Order: sequence, then C-alpha cells, then structure tokens
Amino acid sequence: MTALTRWIRRNLVVIAGLGTLAYLILPNVVVLVFSFNKPNGRFNYQWQRFSTEAWTDPCGVADMCGSLSLSLKLAIWATIGATLLGTMIAFALARYRFRARSAVNSLIFLPMAMPEVVMAASLATLFLNMGVDFGFWTILIAHIMFCLSFVVTAVKARVMSMDPRLEQAAQDLYASPAQTFVRVTLPIAAPGIAAGALLSFALSFDDFIITNFNAGSTVTFPMFVWGSAQRGTPVQINVIGTAMFAVAVLCVLAGQLAGARRKRS
Amino acid sequence: MTATATPDAPPDAAGPVPEPVQKPPLLKPAVRKRLVPYWLLLPGILWLLIFFAAPLIYQASTSVQTGSLEEGFKVTWHFQTYWDALREYYPQFLRSVLYAATATVMCLALGYPLAYLIAFRAGRWRNLVMILVIAPFFTSFLIRTLAWKTILSDGGPVVGALNSLHILDVTSYLGITEGQRVLATPLAVVCGLTYNFLPFMILPLYTSLERIDPRLHEAAGDLYARPITTFRKVTFPLSMPGVVAGTLLTFIPATGDYINAELLGSADQKMVGNVIQSQFLRVLDYPTAAALSFILMAAILTMVTVYIRKSGTEDLV
Repeated sequence: MTALTRWIRRNLVVIAGLGTLAYLILPNVVVLVFSFNKPNGRFNYQWQRFSTEAWTDPCGVADMCGSLSLSLKLAIWATIGATLLGTMIAFALARYRFRARSAVNSLIFLPMAMPEVVMAASLATLFLNMGVDFGFWTILIAHIMFCLSFVVTAVKARVMSMDPRLEQAAQDLYASPAQTFVRVTLPIAAPGIAAGALLSFALSFDDFIITNFNAGSTVTFPMFVWGSAQRGTPVQINVIGTAMFAVAVLCVLAGQLAGARRKRS
Repeated sequence: MTATATPDAPPDAAGPVPEPVQKPPLLKPAVRKRLVPYWLLLPGILWLLIFFAAPLIYQASTSVQTGSLEEGFKVTWHFQTYWDALREYYPQFLRSVLYAATATVMCLALGYPLAYLIAFRAGRWRNLVMILVIAPFFTSFLIRTLAWKTILSDGGPVVGALNSLHILDVTSYLGITEGQRVLATPLAVVCGLTYNFLPFMILPLYTSLERIDPRLHEAAGDLYARPITTFRKVTFPLSMPGVVAGTLLTFIPATGDYINAELLGSADQKMVGNVIQSQFLRVLDYPTAAALSFILMAAILTMVTVYIRKSGTEDLV
C-alpha cells in the first residue's frame, strides 16, 4: 500500500495531467459514440440503439451539407485573405522600423484581446447603418478581420527569429531582391505562414459569435448546429464532428511527420 | 516596445547592414525604400481600421442614440442608456465576471498539470499529447458543447455518480446545482466554459514551461529542495508569463461568451453576452446593446490593466 501511495505521489502530475486530457477528449468520444446512435425523437442526447444510418447517409438532413460547404468556402476565402494581408503586416513589423510601429502593434493586439460579442455587435451596427445587405460578404469581411491578428502574430514570430545574414548572403551572391524573397525569405517564413493559415481556417470555420451577428439569414455550419440545438439535433451532426476530428488529427500528424523528416535530413 | 523613429534606417533591422555595393545604379531611391513598410501595411491596417476600429467608434455613437427601428435612431447624447443598462443587467454582469473568473481558476488548476506533463514528463509521447490538446480546437466547438449536454444529462452516468456519492447534496447546498440536476445550473455553465477555454490556458503555459531549463530543477534538488519547494520557488515563478497570458486568454473571451450559458444553462444563468445578443438580434434595441458592449469592454479593460499591474509583467504584450 505504501508503495502504491508513493508511486501515486511521485506521479501525481502525470495522473492529474492525464485526467485533464481525458476531460478534453471526453466530448469528442461522446460525439463519436453518439454518431452511431439511433435516437428516439428529435434530440440525440440519450443512447437508444446502435445504427450506422447516419454514416451511410451523412447529407440526409435538409440544409446541413449546404451550410457545411458554405462554411468551407468561407473558411478558404477568409484564410486566403487573412494570410495575405497578415503576412504583409508581419513582414513590415518584423523587418522595418517606422513611425507608428507601436500603434500598429496595438491595433493588431486589440482584436485578440476583445470579447468576440463586442466586435460582432459593433461591426453589425456599422453594416446596419450603412445599409449593407448581410450575407456571404459581410461574414467574409468579419472573418478576415478577426483572423488577421492571429496570422500576423504567427508569421511575425517566425520572421523575427530568422537570421538576417541568410538574406545578405543571397544578396552577396547576386540574387535580386525578388529572387532573395522567393528563394530564401519565403521558404524560411513558410512554417509561420502555414501555422497562421491553419489557425485562420480553424477559427473561421468554427466561428459562431461573430458570424451570428453578421450573417443575416445566411446559415453557416456552426449556425446550423446552434439552430439544431433548439429544433432537434440530427445524428449527422455527430458524424460531421467525428469526421472533422479525424481530419484534424491526420493533418496535425502529417505536419508533425513532415517536420520530423525535415529535421532529420 | 522602443519605436525609435529613424525613417532612413536600413530595411534589415538587426545590426548595421552594409548596402550591397555591387550595383549602385539599380538601388532604389531612399524615399521609395522608406515607403516599403507602409505599402506592406496599408491593405491589412485599412481592413482593421474600417472593420474593427471604426465600428467600435460607431458603436460608441450608437450607445448615445435614441429612437426606434421605424423612425430611425438619432444621436441625442442620451447617456441614461448606460445607467439603465447597468441597473437592469447588473446581475448578468456580475454573473459573467464570476463565472469567467471561476472558469479561469479551474482552467489554471486543470491546465497546469497537463502543460507540465507535456513540457517535462511526456518524453516521446509529447507530440501525441500535444495533438490531443490541439485537435479539439479544429472540431466544431458547438458540437462539443452539445456533447456536454449528453454527458451531464439527467439520469446520465455523471449525475448518477455524483448523486450516489452525495456530492450533489453538497453542491445544491452551495447553490451551484439544483436538486438532482447538473444541466441548467451554474455548475454546468462553468464546466462548459472551463472545457471550451482550456486549450487557451494550456498552450501559453506550455510555451513558458518549455523554456525553463530542466537543469534548474536538478540544481534545486541538489540544494535539498523538496519537489514542492522546487515548484513553488523555481518552476511556478518562471512560468508566470504563461500564467498571465493564459488567464487573460481564458478570462476575456469567457466573460463575453454566451454559448455555454445558452446551451448548458437556463434563464437563471444568463450572462452579459446573452443579453447583448438578445438586445441586438431579437429586441433590436441597438443603443442598449451598444451600451452593454461598452460597459463590458470597459470592465474588462479595467480588470485586465489592474491584473497586469499586479502580476508585474507589463512587458508581456
């Protein structure tokens, strides 16, 4: 018994940490398990019996796959927009000294430090008063706006830690500024840009609060899920949730493997 | 930040950079070179100014407007809205701060061991654990919040276990649950908030723990410090930047969140986010929604400033 208590005491951190990990993973497990449920009624909150119905017919619910593809489209465009604009800002901040640098830094920091509901309501107020029709474009504008800061932060960190002598070496070897940028600077900054892009995609795809205020009658996937919490949750939502988790794990795994291989070579 | 305004500094910020002497005629004029950062900044900063900063200013003017949707709203400097909003919704404000603070403390308590585990004890499992922390980030967080409804459902295993251990009696006595239920109680909402913002606590904690040289632990051990003393005197103080960043990243969004209160709580657990949402999207009372947003923003700014001062890490941001 004392051996056991001693072991527990020595590994207390590990036990507590694994407990937290279980807490983090538990809902994903529930989503997976309940994707095989055949609910009795509109809500999928109680286990009834095993069925693979939802998996064989993932788009069997009206409007769900439409909202899913809309969310994908939005996330792709928001990622492209935010990554482009954010990378440019990051390079300016990491490479140049200029007036208003600290003002720009705070303007980048503020959107990340503000409750989403405040940003959402104020942007919607602006759109309302300018008489803009809510829909795809207002959502896209909002998504690019809040993803931008995260891209800047990710790319800036990478560019700041980069050795400037590499670019000087390229210049010494008669590379033009454009060649230096494409052949040297960009490949080194790429992991930061990729991280920023991945983060924007996830943030945009998953955003509910800002979208809810700026979507009008357009329904993205998170909004569909929100609505279904009131109307009744189809099992297919769990199928999509499980598939997203699997794709995310595979993507991160692939990224890790690629990173490990690069380190080895 | 030392923003030294040296307009004609070379583009490569670090160190004196010798200008390439090979092709002087091709060098751009100094003026054009000086404009490069501004051109890089222009589109992104314009985007933020138009769609982030301007709306906030616009929101300020909306909050002092009166009128109705039919007649239109006019700026009448009606500051009464703020007072009315505060008087009517102070329970929701207090609740938001209380729930968010509790969730932040829970996140710290739960997140610290896991961050510590990844940084020092995971060994070759580090990448896998890291993936398991990040992956939920990429799955719809609304779906995961709905899963909590299943986990905490009446008659479910969690409620059953808590009930048979008589924990629900204690928590009901404390007022954080009600009867035989967990759903639609403060406990459920705080549990959801803790869950949803936990990764925002773990990642900064991990980043600052990872920077700690493990030899410091050995040194502390060599000086006869017990593990708990090592933690208290060495590890925890060195991880303070992560603790501060993590608590901010958890507390700020948790205060404004309305999804957890809506999905896991009842009318008695409404937070200020729920009020702003319903004022804006259902009641269409834009001045009140704007005033509430501003009070929330001001409250958070004040608390964050005080907190950063107290924790003594002004150079964090």
